[in-house]
Amino acid sequence: MTALVIRGATLIDPSGERRADVAIDPSGLIVAVEAEIDSAGMGSDVRVIDAAGCVVTPGFVDLHSHLREPGKEEAETIESGSRCAALGGYTAILAMPNTTPATDSAAVVRQVLELGAASLVDVHTSGAITMGRRGDALAPMGEMAALGVRVFTDDGTGVQDDRLMRRAMEYALGLRGRGLPVLLAQHCETESLAEGGHMHEGEWSSRLGIAGQPAESEELMVMRDLALAKLTGAVVHFQHLSTAGSVELVRRAKAAGLPCTAEATTHHFTLTHAECASYDATFKVNPPLRTADDVAAIKAGFADGTIDCIATDHAPHTAESKEAPFDQAPPGMLGLETAMALALTELNLPIAKVFDLLSWKPAQILGISATHGGPIVVGAPANLCVVDPAADWVVDPAASASRSRNNPYRGRAVRGRVRHTVVHGEAVVIDGEAQR
Amino acid sequence: MKHLLAIADLGADEIHDLLDLTDSFVEVNERPIPKVPALRGKTIVSLFFEDSTRTRLSFETAAKRLSADTMTFSVGTSSVKKGESVRDTIETIEAMGIHAVIVRHASSGVPLQISRWVQGASVINGGDGWHEHPTQALLDAFTIRQRLGSLEGRHIAIVGDVKHSRVARSDALAFTKLGAHVTLVAPPTLLPPSLVGWPVDVSHDLDDILPKLDVCYLLRMQHERMTEALVPSLREYTSLFGLTSERADRLRDDALIMHPGPMNRGVEIAGEVTDRPNVVVIDQVRNGVAVRMAVLYTLLGGQPDPERPDPAPSRPTPIRLNPETATA
Repeated sequence: MTALVIRGATLIDPSGERRADVAIDPSGLIVAVEAEIDSAGMGSDVRVIDAAGCVVTPGFVDLHSHLREPGKEEAETIESGSRCAALGGYTAILAMPNTTPATDSAAVVRQVLELGAASLVDVHTSGAITMGRRGDALAPMGEMAALGVRVFTDDGTGVQDDRLMRRAMEYALGLRGRGLPVLLAQHCETESLAEGGHMHEGEWSSRLGIAGQPAESEELMVMRDLALAKLTGAVVHFQHLSTAGSVELVRRAKAAGLPCTAEATTHHFTLTHAECASYDATFKVNPPLRTADDVAAIKAGFADGTIDCIATDHAPHTAESKEAPFDQAPPGMLGLETAMALALTELNLPIAKVFDLLSWKPAQILGISATHGGPIVVGAPANLCVVDPAADWVVDPAASASRSRNNPYRGRAVRGRVRHTVVHGEAVVIDGEAQR
Repeated sequence: MKHLLAIADLGADEIHDLLDLTDSFVEVNERPIPKVPALRGKTIVSLFFEDSTRTRLSFETAAKRLSADTMTFSVGTSSVKKGESVRDTIETIEAMGIHAVIVRHASSGVPLQISRWVQGASVINGGDGWHEHPTQALLDAFTIRQRLGSLEGRHIAIVGDVKHSRVARSDALAFTKLGAHVTLVAPPTLLPPSLVGWPVDVSHDLDDILPKLDVCYLLRMQHERMTEALVPSLREYTSLFGLTSERADRLRDDALIMHPGPMNRGVEIAGEVTDRPNVVVIDQVRNGVAVRMAVLYTLLGGQPDPERPDPAPSRPTPIRLNPETATA
């Protein structure tokens, strides 16, 4: 039985590119992938999506979403954040643990997962490495892992204490030994060097009179974690790499055979620190916007596989908080709704490579390849995104589904637009409109 | 000119125009009754989120000598302490019908942010964080011009904590735009991390350049820099970068010694040196009033009165400086 048919599109997935229609049954599984599927005799309750001229790809997977719930629901909720995700073509997202309270216990994990279950996309949550993300004692990773948590991070801050980070790596290995394949992800920022900095330290911070954080504050922690990973045998995922030096460190580590993965955000390959000249805190983010050379290095890192995936670091903040003086405003910018278009527009990579960075690779890192980011074949869960790669549009922050408006791309012309998003067979976005 | 936010926004011509206008107001200030009606009916608010007695008094004196009405919004007694945002504060003040707001804030960029939120009022930067203090730079440039005739080709050292100094940023820009050669003199820990785009030289050795200087501009050394380990001690700072009597002796007799105040006697400048005739700190303060009159007049003087539309251009000349013949 068929509930949904996507017709006329080109399929692009890890197995290649081909012209085919896709039929999906009411349970959300793909039941047919054929050159022409005739829906005429299927009955009136079959929904047919005409996707001529479009591309169907496995839905995107974001390893870095701040959904702000619990604690900052005025900025975003799991419901509103996942709506942004669906509109951006995502079918699965990973919530960051810097909620209030921090996601450092089974109780908060349960709450996030329960709220996520009712939302438009698959919501996974990370757990904090340390209690309260304070960096002084390990959080109960085992209890959280038992509920399905696969990524641990103190994101928002890095684990500063070398010994505690070593212990976390060792402890995580033990959980892997128990059949819980957890991954430690690090927000690399050495606070003693970065402390008090509100933007990249360099030409613009010097001119604008804003305390800066040097590229080296990130690179020092990348170096340390590579050393600790070598010591312990743990696998580390580097979050939001932003400097040329970080990219080179990871490149060399991978060449030396160290198992690590890395992400970089959309804004770190599209914006530079010069944006801060407006003193508009929309452009304040952590790690900060860096130089044009860093942007070029991030792009090169995607192209040669050093950086495994694009993450959004979608970080909603209320208009009031972003209207504060630059050095008092919180860091972060929106990203879920614009990431794919910016990647297609700015990266100058083949479309299949862009989808690899947005979907296939992050799904592997998160350990959800069985349901997301895999080949579009009969029997697979239908977590799909339909993209019109030739659609030109202009970013309008007011049109966002987010509760916040801290979108740094106001007025930017981009190419490539998500038309439809299908999550477990349900067309949650049709023609760019969320269906519930 | 609608706002005065940063020297970086000004061209050399605009700076020269302001300094030329300042000459007229120096003359006004020398009169028995130093007051002209140029800004009668205009309301000017000092919005000081950070304490500053000198700058606020200087601006308020300037405004009063132009017959403007002045109000002070000081944070200690305001709703900002109750959590009101800068935007709400400025929108509230502007709703009272003001023509200009002078903003001082400990965070860089706040005057620029405010300029995006005001409807019609002019915004004047009275000092923002480490960023700029444009009227200080104008009064400094004016004082140098008054004493030395011109800044063209003059060699000016700015000595001390450039990194955290809005005065240094504005001065370096203003002096170089007017043709001076600027050398920043400081230990590397007190310099900005990058000087890309700064048209200046750097020296870590004050003794080396003293005899070559036309102006030795000393910055205030703040005690909190010690706790940040930027210099080992005030004593060491003074021994390496302080203008001691011995160092002052090595300056040319006609070289000026300047300081934005308040001075730390015995730290960046020896107490004895402050009494020397080439120290122009008092001139700086005096000229500050005239410069701020020129700024206020430039921003507000040319705006037509809505009741009586004035076809004059935005920079009207001649200025009606005679109270007997002037009309508002």
